[in-house]
Amino acid sequence: MSLAYKDLLGLEGMPAQDIQLVLDTTDSMREILGRKMKKVPTLRGRTVVTLFYEASTRTRTSFELAAKYLSADTVSITAATSSVQKGETLKDTARTLEVMGADAIIMRHPASGAPHFLARCVSGSVLNGGDGTHEHPSQGLLDMYTMRRHKGRLAGLKVGIVGDIYHSRVARSNMYGLVTMGAEVRVAGPATLLPPGLDRLGVRVCTRLEDAVAGVDVVMALRLQLERQQRGLFPTTREYAELFGINRQRMALAAPDALLMHPGPMNRGVEVTSDVADGPQSVIEEQVTNGVAVRMALLYLLLGGGDAE
Amino acid sequence: MSIDLLIAGGTVVDPKSGRCGPADVLIRGGRVEAVDVGITAPGVRELDASGLVVAPGFIDLHVHLREPGEEWKETIASGARAAAAGGFCAVCCMANTHPPIDDAARVAFVRERARAADGARVFPVGAVSKGLAGEELAELGGMFAAGAVAASDDGRPVMNAELMRCALEYAKMLGRPIISHAEDLNLAAGGAMNLGEYSTRLGLRGMPAAAEEAMVARDIMLAAMTGGHVHIAHASTAGTVAMVRDAKRRGIRVTAEATPHHLTLTDRLVWETSYDTDTKMNPPLRTPADVAALREGLRDGTIDCIATDHAPHHRDDKEKEYAYAAFGISGLETAVPLVFTELVEPGEIDLLRAIAALTVGPAAVVGLELGGIVVGGVADITLIDPELELEVRPQDFVSLGKNTPFSGRRLRGWPVMTIVNGRVAFDRAAGSTGLDRAGGAGSGRLAGAAGR
Repeated sequence: MSLAYKDLLGLEGMPAQDIQLVLDTTDSMREILGRKMKKVPTLRGRTVVTLFYEASTRTRTSFELAAKYLSADTVSITAATSSVQKGETLKDTARTLEVMGADAIIMRHPASGAPHFLARCVSGSVLNGGDGTHEHPSQGLLDMYTMRRHKGRLAGLKVGIVGDIYHSRVARSNMYGLVTMGAEVRVAGPATLLPPGLDRLGVRVCTRLEDAVAGVDVVMALRLQLERQQRGLFPTTREYAELFGINRQRMALAAPDALLMHPGPMNRGVEVTSDVADGPQSVIEEQVTNGVAVRMALLYLLLGGGDAE
Repeated sequence: MSIDLLIAGGTVVDPKSGRCGPADVLIRGGRVEAVDVGITAPGVRELDASGLVVAPGFIDLHVHLREPGEEWKETIASGARAAAAGGFCAVCCMANTHPPIDDAARVAFVRERARAADGARVFPVGAVSKGLAGEELAELGGMFAAGAVAASDDGRPVMNAELMRCALEYAKMLGRPIISHAEDLNLAAGGAMNLGEYSTRLGLRGMPAAAEEAMVARDIMLAAMTGGHVHIAHASTAGTVAMVRDAKRRGIRVTAEATPHHLTLTDRLVWETSYDTDTKMNPPLRTPADVAALREGLRDGTIDCIATDHAPHHRDDKEKEYAYAAFGISGLETAVPLVFTELVEPGEIDLLRAIAALTVGPAAVVGLELGGIVVGGVADITLIDPELELEVRPQDFVSLGKNTPFSGRRLRGWPVMTIVNGRVAFDRAAGSTGLDRAGGAGSGRLAGAAGR
């Protein structure tokens, strides 16, 4: 079992059976993570590089741990320590890593489409660890995995995504993946943070938060970046919290057993209040745990774990 | 060196005279001596033009030749030869070089370089503002006297409305147009493609149609106020077409151009090609509704001319992340077959109108006495083979810029010979540039017909 392509660049256009395969494989990986001895030899002798042009704690650590648990050799490069600072182009960096024998490159980059460009430059696998305001496919998959684990299904599931849809790669990956899997997705946020054409992606656009969360099975709050406010896209974080922050009353509009999710890191009291973030409906911490398992599944399926001894 | 030549058996399509049918054209001493059926000219070389369209030399109002300052992208010489290879006898080059063309001496420099190039004629466009800084008027009088045909800060808009008003008033006094790069920089800031469904899908900052339209509206109002002539460069939206149409009806002195890529491609291509940076240009590719409006504008005369916005870049400027890549395409050598294949053949635009938009249309905008096959007039002639089908091969471009989203496309209706001032500046059969080879004992279409 493996994915028939070399790269994971996004969930847009990824067939339902492939998403299914990743989620099913994640189940097995979770089982490995539950063992005392977590390491399996699947990717022994393979080299996985993490190339991060933006700060990251959980995605990077999670990918690195995933690679290590599968016995791959890992190298991690950050923009601050690499020759990027000396002005090297992404193409040259890519070629350098390629000739050094990287089997997979996991990249986070501030420019949308950078991994697509990288994938054209190298023969090894490219995994998108978040590109600009485009996609963050491994996050989308771990979110879907978490939903499926709790709700038993994705088809027909009602999901409300709230916040800065415009700039959120997490939102895009979730929208693409969930729509493919037959979920009913609604989005809400300040009008200035809702990009045009969202309806063409198969989601319902709500201008009132209440419409987006009423009766849903999952409420997903997105991280709000402060620089958006500085650019004048909304007046203040205080007003944002008042109009779009998830609190107890708003959570009560959702289904009684609805999950609360957040990709992290959270601005407590802005996107979500602490009482719900730490409350019984929150699966925010579990999202992180599942992140490692999903990334193990992705590395296994893309690097052709099947042909290891 | 001009040659005497009888172009025999072709179909003359000349919007200026209205002639559209079989006719021979006799060129002598760099001028058109006769246009008629069955001309005999003993002793004059005869070119068999049967099956070819014989058109007045094409004129492109909008090219970037990169010299001085970025000669690795294009030079005046390579650009002038690329123009000839694309069927253009004359081009107007924009002022956004390094340093910019913002005084008479620099205008003279461009003219000097162009004279030595042996390609298409090159008419400089001077800057509106000193250093393209958008603050003070450049010496428009001096630049026009030195041979500039218009003024524009193209590449950047004139954001200051008062400066634009002054430019229009002042240029009106001198009988020249101001070419407007209509883009509100605040609305468009940081954008890499058209704002819409596909920018949302791709997570790219979008440039809204309103960024162009708000400035077009402003410039039309300023043209109305001053009586000056504003020419809208690279119109790309339905709103722009509607406003220009309305302004023309009201008698305001506004003209407009559209590029072959905006007439044929949409922003969906950025998505389909998965961030291919050759799809990145400014203004960006828009929607099918915008393309339809531009075509309608071209049909009804709202759009006066087709201009390429030829923007050659080095591969290094394109082989990057989409947001960091340079804007623009190398357009001179694909414009004519694109117009022919995508607009004329499907019946979107009739051949006479298409040729008008490449000849009399642009000539009128900048007041050039070119663009017709007129007895006694200069012999600038473009020959097109409507049947010739070729694949677009950027590596074969004469232009140093190989950046094109049309690579690999099969197109018909290629220029086969470009005659500038009675001189063969391009002969497809002789290789990329005919020049002296065609004038002497070359291997081109002309050589084969020589001496008959």
